[in-house]
Amino acid sequence: MSLPTATSLQITASRPYPELLDLPWEVPLEDWPQHHLAALPRGISRHVVRFVKLGSRVLAVKETNAEIAHREYRMLRLLNRLEVPSVQPVGVITGRTTPDGEPLNSVLITRHLQFSLPYRALYSQTLRPDTAKRAVDALAVLLVRLHLTGFYWGDVSLSNTLFRRDAGAFAAYLVDAETGELYDQVSDGQREYDLDVARTNIAGELMDVVASGALEADMDEVLAISDRIISRYRTLWGELTEPESFEKGDRWRVEARIRRLNDLGFDVGELAITTDIDGTTVRIEPKVVDAGHHSRRLLRLTGLDAEENQARRLLNDLDSYRAATERQGDDEEIVAHEWMADCFEPVQRRIPRELRGKLEPAEVFHEVLEHRWYLSERAGRDVGLEEAAQSYMGSVLPTKPDEVAVLGVDTQALPVVRTD
Amino acid sequence: MATVTYDKATRLYPGGDKPAVDALDLHIEDGEFLVLVGPSGCGKSTSLRMLAGLEDVNGGRILIGDRDVTTVPPKDRDIAMVFQNYALYPHMTVADNMGFALKIAGTPKDEIKRRVQEAAKILDLEDYLARKPKALSGGQRQRVAMGRAIVRQPQVFLMDEPLSNLDAKLRVQTRTQIASLQRRLGVTTVYVTHDQVEAMTMGDRVAVLKDGILQQVDTPRRMYDHPNNVFVAGFIGSPAMNLLTLPVTEGGVLFGDSIHPVERAALAATGKNITLGVRPEDMELAEHGLPVSVDVVEELGADAYIYGTLRQGESDMPVIARVDGRQPPAKGSTVHFQPKRGHVHLFDDNSGLRIETTA
Repeated sequence: MSLPTATSLQITASRPYPELLDLPWEVPLEDWPQHHLAALPRGISRHVVRFVKLGSRVLAVKETNAEIAHREYRMLRLLNRLEVPSVQPVGVITGRTTPDGEPLNSVLITRHLQFSLPYRALYSQTLRPDTAKRAVDALAVLLVRLHLTGFYWGDVSLSNTLFRRDAGAFAAYLVDAETGELYDQVSDGQREYDLDVARTNIAGELMDVVASGALEADMDEVLAISDRIISRYRTLWGELTEPESFEKGDRWRVEARIRRLNDLGFDVGELAITTDIDGTTVRIEPKVVDAGHHSRRLLRLTGLDAEENQARRLLNDLDSYRAATERQGDDEEIVAHEWMADCFEPVQRRIPRELRGKLEPAEVFHEVLEHRWYLSERAGRDVGLEEAAQSYMGSVLPTKPDEVAVLGVDTQALPVVRTD
Repeated sequence: MATVTYDKATRLYPGGDKPAVDALDLHIEDGEFLVLVGPSGCGKSTSLRMLAGLEDVNGGRILIGDRDVTTVPPKDRDIAMVFQNYALYPHMTVADNMGFALKIAGTPKDEIKRRVQEAAKILDLEDYLARKPKALSGGQRQRVAMGRAIVRQPQVFLMDEPLSNLDAKLRVQTRTQIASLQRRLGVTTVYVTHDQVEAMTMGDRVAVLKDGILQQVDTPRRMYDHPNNVFVAGFIGSPAMNLLTLPVTEGGVLFGDSIHPVERAALAATGKNITLGVRPEDMELAEHGLPVSVDVVEELGADAYIYGTLRQGESDMPVIARVDGRQPPAKGSTVHFQPKRGHVHLFDDNSGLRIETTA
């Protein structure tokens, strides 16, 4: 639909969102007042991007020129229709001007992908040993799926991807389709170029995370992770596209193929099997499975990766926070994000660097909550989280055994992760 | 650095009946800035991507220097797509932002440092190498992004509408920067745009494509003064050349109530009519000539543009003319125009090809 207004603002949207008209389109996005913005993480982008609260929704608004905005809007609609994991386009607004009549850039509006994280948020919130590898693995799956659909990306990177946590793994979503093109079939040259760009960008992005101090890795480790996009992609592409012919009775070969995919790290639940017309070609499409009711809900809301009991404890605290701040009517996702910013992350930041190998973050948080209860009881008043955390870091955590080595073999390869 | 040669290079999409690029023959000199330009769907981007290795070549060859790269994967072609990856890394210094791809490629540290220094000098970024991108202006950030491509020292730069996401003002600035930078670097560059002004202001030579077929490749000056066919004549120049279908007569072409003289030999092969082209700045007000009724007068100070209509028989033809801005004819009046001597382009009415004249 198109909705011209008095200022000849043009709104093209897949669904009518009358609330869109209430936003200050006559102001450059960079200068939008705080009360319109939702405090969700921002990725790096070549354009100005803001997250906006609109009723119960969170929308991502990107400033760009009209042509690019319309093109990307159409592309994202196509990709959604093709069921490629990507953000959902909401609309395009053109014809923006300031009150003085100065023209402003057009905007592309997408729905913020609930519970998704830019890669930088992954590193500041998790102590999983191979988070980066898992992100890259998810990106490899996404890239294979995009190429199978005929989509040439042109700018594959962690920054142009959003990640949803998924029981230790990640699912990757395409978030920037600006350079992309849809063909009947991508050429080998296009696939190779996408891979080369992906490898370079991932290495650059990881080097940046290293430079920020949030990841301790040397160049060889960085390259090992960025090279992984190529090996994972090629293996998966081969498994998914190389035809395998067999007689109708030879069903075991489907099983064998699935097992090979299992060995590559993909669950049976992640696979879809189709046959071509003559029934000889098997294609397997990965999806993601997960486990654990509480950890899933926690993950869904906060992106935190926690064990089942830790998750239950954290969710209880989130619910208390929601009640204490009288936010029961608000979008759960937004409250959860604020809880992360107000409660969870401040506690994590208080953990001295040399004590970070002691416990997983969720476990530390759980212990701080216990400690607060103990302090409050002793003081006969409600001790705040900050005070409790400070006390805990000073008197309790240093006495704990170092658990890095006992959490499992993988953990020993854990890069020391520091929150920003 | 190297030459680039398209040797009857053809791209036919699967299921398509007409090639997207049809037997392209084009030789680009070492260090040359060549612009591919044409309307949407003309094959300019496809041509560039064939060179980049992103599109299969279904016929003919593509060479970089003497090397046939027709089937070589993109990363082994020694080319750089500029502006494709524009993001800068906020925690890395400008030097690291420029040099990180070399680090990935295993280039020795000293070599990286030397190349980054060189590129920074060319880009005027020497004083900023130790800073973070955040401390830079928009224009400086763009130059850092260009630096990423420069330090790789590729044989050829490829740019596919690199200015399309900039606003009009920044586009003009940046196009000047890119053109002057390319000249300083002397790296062979192939640049794609749909904007003929961009093409004419940036390229050493310009190649105009239409429907997958190369129409003309020439310097901007030659292209402007000597278009090889009606399409190029109408596409290059803004406002566009007046292309008028006029009757051929004894001694020349009937130009209103006068005759534009053309030697007999030149008109020997034409039919009853001819397409006569005159650029708006080559239309001169006169007592006699082409009668044009003035619809709109656009005053620009020193100059004014007349948008008018030539009524000829049953058909109306739009005419644009540049006149003295101090005394333009009034809207609604009818005035006469003569073409400036030596600035008339004749095209065959059927084939659209240029007819050479001595005049």
